[in-house]
Amino acid sequence: MAELSVDLVSLDRKVWSGAATQVSAPSADGQIGILANHTPLLAVLRPGTIKVDTASGPAVEATVTGGFMSVDNNLVTLVVDEISLV
Amino acid sequence: MAGGSQRVYKARIKSTQSLKKMFRAQELIAASRIGKARARTAAAAPYAQAITRAVSAVATHTDIDHPLTREVEGAKRAAVLVVSSDRGMAGSYPASIVREAERLTQQLAAEGKEVLLYVAGRRAVSYYAFRGREAVRTWTYGSERPSAEVAEEIGQALLEKFLADEDEGGVSELHVVSTQFVNMVTQRPHVVRMLPLEVVEGVVEADEHEVLPLYDFEPSPEAVLDALLPRYVDQRIYAALLDAAASELAARQRAMHTATDNAEDLIRTYTRLANQARQADITQEISEIVSGADALAS
Repeated sequence: MAELSVDLVSLDRKVWSGAATQVSAPSADGQIGILANHTPLLAVLRPGTIKVDTASGPAVEATVTGGFMSVDNNLVTLVVDEISLV
Repeated sequence: MAGGSQRVYKARIKSTQSLKKMFRAQELIAASRIGKARARTAAAAPYAQAITRAVSAVATHTDIDHPLTREVEGAKRAAVLVVSSDRGMAGSYPASIVREAERLTQQLAAEGKEVLLYVAGRRAVSYYAFRGREAVRTWTYGSERPSAEVAEEIGQALLEKFLADEDEGGVSELHVVSTQFVNMVTQRPHVVRMLPLEVVEGVVEADEHEVLPLYDFEPSPEAVLDALLPRYVDQRIYAALLDAAASELAARQRAMHTATDNAEDLIRTYTRLANQARQADITQEISEIVSGADALAS
């Protein structure tokens, strides 16, 4: 199965990047889940929790205060304002 | 008296030597900080890339009509953000940025626009304060190490002003005067008109596929744009601050290197003069002794 390549970036650094099977993020209408081969998407993020199920190892969780997310060709980029990893 | 001049030269040499040590230390400090400043620029690159891609994706899909991209005919007021340094000791760096800002101010004034100054960096702040020119807002934030928070604060203040109605004191243009880090030897002051945004020009298309895919927007293209553009502005300001920091440090390193060289030259000159004075003293003493002995002998 195809994997997602995830970049989690904030203004001054790259917070996390790697391969994942699923990404869940707080979009405007509610928590949105991204699996591989998702249609291209640009979404605004509310304050909430991002959860990345990594391909190997434990899931990465982080709380954010806002930002946006782009999904394109199995490349997920989460651009966030303030972030703290859980 | 001859002995006096020897002492004066010695004192000069000593003080120049201690100055030289300070210059050298500043040079080394600046040199070590440049690496860090450039690392920060590199760390900010993924964000810049992501946001530029996203903005160009939206731009190719929808007709962007957003307050931040709207051109205003006959703008009456323009904001100028001057990014300078907190400290001097950087050669012509603070002076050239202020000169560029003055040039822009005059040009805008000639176009009939009122200029509102936003000043970052203590050197520029004191320049305008000394001349009694009021800046709308000033920031002194540690220009060698700008934080993302400061960039956001500056971005917020400027966006607020830009989105305000012109009749209520808002501005219709934003120019940023900062220094571009070309390489270690060349740093160039330059002016960018940041707002209204020209998104489509200068955006490099992702190279792997020619046509960007059709995006879904969540919740709507307008909302996405609303979220994107302010961040885009913040990012551009942050990038300008980082670039200015690297430029400042490079300029300081070069200035301090020159100062160290000059101190060495001075020390060499004073040492020669001191030697000459000593030689003159000895010669005089000998001739005094000889002439004294001659007087006794005769």
